Amino acid sequence: MVKKGRIVAFFLIVLLLGGLIGTTVMGVTKDIKLGLDLQGGFEVLYEVEPAQEGQELSQDLLNSTVSALYKRINVLGVSEPRITIEGEDRIRVQLAGVKDQNQARELLSTQAELTFRTTDDKEKMSGADLKEGAAKVVFDNNQPVVQVTLKDPEKFANITRDLSQLPQPDNRLVIWLDYEEGDSYKEEVTKPADEQKFISDPAVNQVLSQNTVVISGPPFQLEEAENLKELLNAGSLPVQLEEIYSTSVGAQFGEQSLDKTVIAGFIGVGLIFLFMLFYYRLPGVIAVITLTTYIYLILVVFNWMNAVLTLPGIAALILGVGMAVDANIITYERIKEEIRSGKSVMSAFKAGGRRSFTTIFDANITTLIAASVLFAYGTSSVKGFAVMLITSIVVSFLTAVWGSRILLGLWVKSRALNKKPGLFGVKESEIDEL
Amino acid sequence: MSSKVRDTKFDFVKHRNKFFAISLALIVLGGLAIAIFGLNLGIDFSSGSRVDLQSESKLTTEEVSKEFEELGFDPESVTLAGGGEMAVAAFKDELGKDEIAEIKNHFTELYSVEPSISTVSPDVAVDLAKNAFIALAIASVGIIIYVALRFEWLQGVAAIVALFHDAFFIIAVFSILQIEVNITFIAAVLTIVGYSINDTIVTFDRIRENMKFEKKVKTFEDVARVVNKSLVQTLARSINTVLTVVFAAAALTIFGGEAIRPFAIALLIGLVAGTYSSLFIASQLWAVWKGKQLKKKKFTPAETEV
Repeated sequence: MVKKGRIVAFFLIVLLLGGLIGTTVMGVTKDIKLGLDLQGGFEVLYEVEPAQEGQELSQDLLNSTVSALYKRINVLGVSEPRITIEGEDRIRVQLAGVKDQNQARELLSTQAELTFRTTDDKEKMSGADLKEGAAKVVFDNNQPVVQVTLKDPEKFANITRDLSQLPQPDNRLVIWLDYEEGDSYKEEVTKPADEQKFISDPAVNQVLSQNTVVISGPPFQLEEAENLKELLNAGSLPVQLEEIYSTSVGAQFGEQSLDKTVIAGFIGVGLIFLFMLFYYRLPGVIAVITLTTYIYLILVVFNWMNAVLTLPGIAALILGVGMAVDANIITYERIKEEIRSGKSVMSAFKAGGRRSFTTIFDANITTLIAASVLFAYGTSSVKGFAVMLITSIVVSFLTAVWGSRILLGLWVKSRALNKKPGLFGVKESEIDEL
Repeated sequence: MSSKVRDTKFDFVKHRNKFFAISLALIVLGGLAIAIFGLNLGIDFSSGSRVDLQSESKLTTEEVSKEFEELGFDPESVTLAGGGEMAVAAFKDELGKDEIAEIKNHFTELYSVEPSISTVSPDVAVDLAKNAFIALAIASVGIIIYVALRFEWLQGVAAIVALFHDAFFIIAVFSILQIEVNITFIAAVLTIVGYSINDTIVTFDRIRENMKFEKKVKTFEDVARVVNKSLVQTLARSINTVLTVVFAAAALTIFGGEAIRPFAIALLIGLVAGTYSSLFIASQLWAVWKGKQLKKKKFTPAETEV
């Protein structure tokens, strides 16, 4: 007697799954965060050097550098910046999908240490004398300028008093961004205006005792003024950053490799499905259902973990598909073996399921061990690979072992398959007499 | 296929020395290849810069070189890729921030596709590779411990030998074909390592199961019989699994983009090597070692443990 209820349950589950995947898959794929190798962007690895001599690189210092970098990146409006500390003196910054890569680079590595100097380069005032977070853009004759607020107007008054007594052209207050040892105002001032390294050099003719200073030029574009303001507000970096590795992927390059990889992935998975259907018949159908669910779930979990998909991640995904297929194949081969040995479909399903479980379990755990170690000790792309692999193994274990078993179980227990070994791809002639 | 596979009379263990010899010869050849040709290290593993250009029309190396010259750069080499619409220019020096900006602006305007530019000082990628290798070594120890607990430690060692066999094999193939070694190559090697372990454990699992059913396993011949039986029993699974993953890797090789091709090729070769080593190397190695272990135990009063 065939129990139709279970077959109905099977189709209900499949319909539900199909409905769920069909209606949400577009949203899920849209939410996937793509690594910069897949959508363009850039990555820089900085070596951190102390800004002052004798300064030690502590973990605290690195952490504060990272938070200063985050503040700056906010200016760029990059949605998913990733900044990681690697080893003792390295910081990796990954910005996917950043529109103006050149601007981003500039903004990141600028130390943003503002100094006010005399014409013979003596430092009079620095960023430490400014009120934090108080820089703003104001307009002076419709010209955007950056206004900063001083902590101590008295100090400024003293400086300007000294300066105003000097003869021209030495009465200038030179404002530098990231003055480097060896830079000289007298050299810079002879260069054309757009090559000068200092920001501006207003002449001081009187004592200034106000608590705000306006940095007016070289005539700023609005955007430049905004950038400077943001930099000053985000604070200077406590360290110097030296680029030791950088890679930038043009958006079109990224898009192209993603498109092609996705198409190739579809073809590959399609071939696997065809093979499974042809070779394993009914269990093949179930393999197709569980593999589809696996791929869908992986994407959902991946989103949920807020992880970034990169090329090595896709590699791990493929390995995961391979292992999920393998789990299906191991189970079905085992069931076929049991059927061939003369068992009924029902007991072959039970024995095959039980015996294949330990196989799959041990194989998965061993790979999981390898993946966990890679996660713990690997860096950047190795780590990304490991995250995806661990997720894949867990999800594939759930879908390919547990999911397959439930779905196939519904058919087997309905008794519709009794005496129909052909549906498992076993010929009658192969079955041993008991 | 299944009935044929099931009735395979092939003796996997008897021919073990041939398989060992084949692998050994391949490893020696691979080692020679690496020694002679070296690896075609991509920018990730050597210092310098690399500019990937793309245009909507066909490019020539002369044209690209000229553009760089006009900008005041002297690329060490310019090669075409992707049917002539892509070009790769390599520089010995690390390009600075401003230089990168200049090149980007120029070629974005010229070809209306933003170029990709990487620069690297050599120790960075070497660190990554070194890190991956150390992680792999630690993972190997972890695997041996797990296998020792669930199976027996000799099988753990055999699995690790197979793993390094496969990893080395890919590196050798990359040397022979002079495929560029970049960071995705590391991902490929890791993928193969994962697959190789998975594949080997599945066969060992069957050996473990069959050993339980055996009444007496006292000599190498007994071990060989069990191994042979187990390999024949899992043969259909081994072939089917490798077929399906080869489908995926082949699709990536043929239809995937330029960026992923070296990776896909490495995967394709590694998968075949991985299956080969689980079928012809790992179990046979274990059989030989197990045989020796049994021989020793024969002369001691201890029970043969399975």
